[in-house]
Amino acid sequence: MLGISGWGCWLAYLFCILSTILCVIYGIAMWNRGIEEEDELEIIKWVKEEREIEEQF
Amino acid sequence: MGWTIFAVLIYLLIVAYLGYRGWRVTTTATDYMIAGREVHPYVMAMSYGATFISTSAIIGFGGAAALFGMGILWLTWMNVFFGIFVAFAILGKRTRRLGHVLDAHTFPELLGKRYQSTFIQGFSGIVIFLFMPIYAAAVLIGISRFIEVYLGVPYVVGLLAFAIILAMYVILGGLKGVMYTDAFQGTIMLITMIILLIYTYILAGGVIPAHQFLTDMTYLVPEELTKLGHRGWAEMPRLGSPYWWTLISTIICGVGIGVLAQPQLVIRFMTVKRDRELNRALPIGSIFILAMTGIAFTVGILTNVIFYEVFGEISLAMAEGNIDKVIPLYIGEIMPGWFGTLFLLAMLAASMSTLSSQYHVGGTSLGRDFYEKGIRGGTIDHGERTVFVTRLGIALSILLCIIFSLIFSPSIIAVATAIFFGLCSATFLPSFVLGLYWKGMTKAGAITSVLGGFIVSMIWMGFFHAREAHALGFAKHLFGKSTLAGFPWTVIDAQFIALPISFFLAIVVSLVSGKLSEKHIERCWKYL
Repeated sequence: MLGISGWGCWLAYLFCILSTILCVIYGIAMWNRGIEEEDELEIIKWVKEEREIEEQF
Repeated sequence: MGWTIFAVLIYLLIVAYLGYRGWRVTTTATDYMIAGREVHPYVMAMSYGATFISTSAIIGFGGAAALFGMGILWLTWMNVFFGIFVAFAILGKRTRRLGHVLDAHTFPELLGKRYQSTFIQGFSGIVIFLFMPIYAAAVLIGISRFIEVYLGVPYVVGLLAFAIILAMYVILGGLKGVMYTDAFQGTIMLITMIILLIYTYILAGGVIPAHQFLTDMTYLVPEELTKLGHRGWAEMPRLGSPYWWTLISTIICGVGIGVLAQPQLVIRFMTVKRDRELNRALPIGSIFILAMTGIAFTVGILTNVIFYEVFGEISLAMAEGNIDKVIPLYIGEIMPGWFGTLFLLAMLAASMSTLSSQYHVGGTSLGRDFYEKGIRGGTIDHGERTVFVTRLGIALSILLCIIFSLIFSPSIIAVATAIFFGLCSATFLPSFVLGLYWKGMTKAGAITSVLGGFIVSMIWMGFFHAREAHALGFAKHLFGKSTLAGFPWTVIDAQFIALPISFFLAIVVSLVSGKLSEKHIERCWKYL
């Protein structure tokens, strides 16, 4: 396949391309995901900072 | 030559400007060590990739590809699948969340805080600080030799000038300076490699004809290589032969798995704000890595076709047996002159991006992890003192790298990358991965795994695996033999032995030792 005689080699060539395609598809599919719980983290951080400021006062 | 020097100067000016920008926007310790946790996905992906890929990945491994043939493409697959997909989509997200919750600024600090152990942090810090400069020395020597050949700059002058330029922007700009320059350098590397691939395939008559020619060249494999297991450039080596073991255990698995526990790469996951940024960085990183190792290896293999068509010799014969010469020879003899300049810039970029991150992580390991936590017991302070100690650590790390570059023998430098990759994976990988996924992993389990992995790796590399044992000379000095075992042990990489032992120790000791407090585990798992 692809002019490469050994199956172990053409499989490697193919897998390299397929893995990259997998990464691209995953990245596009998940493009806007992964922001939810982090907002919560930011709020916690903000509350913590507010408390520290209050304590300083 | 005039245009080449002009291009190098422009390149250095842009790097200096980006380093300066990094310095301008660095105000806190978090900025200095993990780029303020708000890096853009493109910068993160390119920085990860450019740090990962050094000159040796392109020139050294490209040359190895000319020898081993297409079987080496399994390493590219591992680089893309494990080094990018698994690293970003699976490990990276949990690393980022855990790092955020524990407020970790370095990889040893992440492990230390996960297991509530200043020993783990201090020990990991000193291991990284001591061994990173050896790996960095290999990169520094490689690029200094390259500059000597291409620009005629004397070796020692090039080495010192290179180290000083890097010192300036790494010490001042911190990780922001490092990552901004990495992104620029990564872009140059990407463009260069794509041109190289297209040109090479056109020259070889197209994709399939080029591969077919390679397949048909099998009869040209020298007899001495056939005896070692070589079956042609389009075939895997003979199962169980010395070539097969070297390709599978040292080259493919050694580098392919070793990358998962590289401190300078793991730290990048902690530089982004949300999982979303990792999702967006993933496709960019995968294309970059495919374009780097995939193209370097493919072109390395195809040099056999081109050299044979033009000069009637295979690459190994053209390079007079020195595989490190294959790619430079191909660029010099086959590619057009303007590409030589671009390739020089790409090689400068590849080595500078790797070295800057090596220095940065070496410095933070000494300053933050070993000195502040390991020795002083550590008050967490985000102020100027942490940055000052880290800057001092980076300066020492650079100094150590220069000293190693000047005093170590070429044989030790040649195995430096393998030593660092092997040590990192056996020492850190079980504690790192199990720490992200297993609540039952204990402090004692982690310490045993870290120490066990480190000791077994060192013993295996010092006394059994022929390549490192021969270079280090411990076995020869103590027992009068360069290695204490026979085939196949002499060609089985240290990771094959040390990593399973390290995992075994981590699991068994964790099962029988005291657990970490539920409150701590609950805190760690809050966002995992």
